[in-house]
Amino acid sequence: MRYWRDPLDAGQVGAPRGDVHILADRCKGCAFCVEYCPRQVLEMSREFNRKGYHPPEIVDAEACVNCGLCEMICPEFAIFSVESAGLAGDLAGVSVGANIRAGEGAS
Amino acid sequence: MTVATKSTTASQELEHPSAPLLRMERIPHVWCPSCGIGTVVKCYATALERSGVDLDKVSVVSGIGCSGRVAGYLKLDGFHTTHGRALPFATGLKLGRPELLVTVISGDGDLVGIGGNHFIHAARRNMDLLVILINNFIYGMTGGQNAPTTPQQARSSTMPFGNFETPFSLPHLAASSGASYVARWTCLHIRRLTWSIEEAIGKRGFRFIEVIAPCPTLYARLNKLGSGLDAMRFYHDTAEIRNGADTRELEISFQEKITCGKFVDEDRPTFLDLMHNHYGELLGDRYVPTPREGGMLHEQ
Ligand SMILES: Cc1ncc(C[n+]2csc(CCOP(=O)(O)OP(=O)(O)O)c2C)c(N)n1
Ligand code: SF4
Ligand code: SF4
Ligand code: SF4
Ligand SMILES: [Mg+2]
Repeated sequence: MRYWRDPLDAGQVGAPRGDVHILADRCKGCAFCVEYCPRQVLEMSREFNRKGYHPPEIVDAEACVNCGLCEMICPEFAIFSVESAGLAGDLAGVSVGANIRAGEGAS
Repeated sequence: MTVATKSTTASQELEHPSAPLLRMERIPHVWCPSCGIGTVVKCYATALERSGVDLDKVSVVSGIGCSGRVAGYLKLDGFHTTHGRALPFATGLKLGRPELLVTVISGDGDLVGIGGNHFIHAARRNMDLLVILINNFIYGMTGGQNAPTTPQQARSSTMPFGNFETPFSLPHLAASSGASYVARWTCLHIRRLTWSIEEAIGKRGFRFIEVIAPCPTLYARLNKLGSGLDAMRFYHDTAEIRNGADTRELEISFQEKITCGKFVDEDRPTFLDLMHNHYGELLGDRYVPTPREGGMLHEQ
């Protein structure tokens, strides 16, 4: 996220950190999660799941901010995030809305 | 051959957070890849959890169609009724068990095609029901026939040269029939949709939420509109949010702007309020109102 000025508490406040989990065999490869993850944590994998779909894979686990967007948008109940201990560091690069749970940014 | 992606092994132990609200033995569901119905189910389940309602007092009623299968996947008291009859069924349920939160989740063809008459009368009576209508502009389950919601010019299997009929604008239909809460969102508006459902759970009367959803297999294929992801991109680029908009201005034209928002939010007496008042005044002490806890069968 780009600010027009640095927030006063920029030094202390970090983005939340999340661990994203993919239930690959349940996925039908729609790519909604990949498209709308505000942190580009995911990419479509070239591998096949049991049903012959390409599930997403995690390409940047560290970047996940536990916004829950992937979980909300997935029509298959195949992906979700849980809060992980620690902070993701600074907010640089978080696109608008990423720190709001459930994807304000995309909607 | 199954090749697990990096995260799969660890994730297999953890179940999805919505699992307690779903009949997991039936998942994966039948809906096509990139169909939007599953996303609506997720938003509804999340709204229910956030609202804190007693899940033993929630029931879901669906009609027939792809959207009509929703009731079968939710781990709640659910009823899969006949085509178009979700609303009269739900009405009976609500009148017999007024303490329940009765939700109707079904499709456009089901609720405003064959079930259209029930729809206007349930709204007119301000029947205390939460209605979530999944509008994919078509009869999905039966092969893409024209629906009362199909936009003009869009193709369907029964309008191969494009639809010439005028479709319903559902928020306008609901509002002018008497609904006390009316909103429209798309499947992309996951957060606003969830909020809206949660808000409507806390209200009374006929609460109507239309959700525009991708049907890649029929509506999109017959109209060469690509996948569900293309539909999501289309919503992203063209949906506008106009809370409080005049419901006369909410028509949906083929591949044009979809206006979303909350349009009506009024507290009006429900059917039961009016009935109790009326008979209370008329009969005084002789009037025995519909039993509350336990319903009709458990009285005495
Ligand atoms: C009395 C009766 N008439 C017709 C049908 C066939 N039928 C099944 S589903 C359906 C249309 C459903 O459309 P919609 O409610 O939009 O659901 P979708 O599949 O699009 O989610 C029809 C006509 C039926 N099952 N019963
Ligand atoms: S929780 Fe948010 S940031 Fe993390 S993977 Fe999902 S969409 Fe991306
Ligand atoms: S949103 Fe769900 S079904 Fe779609 S690609 Fe992601 S994990 Fe798979
Ligand atoms: S036919 Fe359309 S509405 Fe039915 S499951 Fe497939 S994509 Fe969804
Ligand atoms: Mg339909």
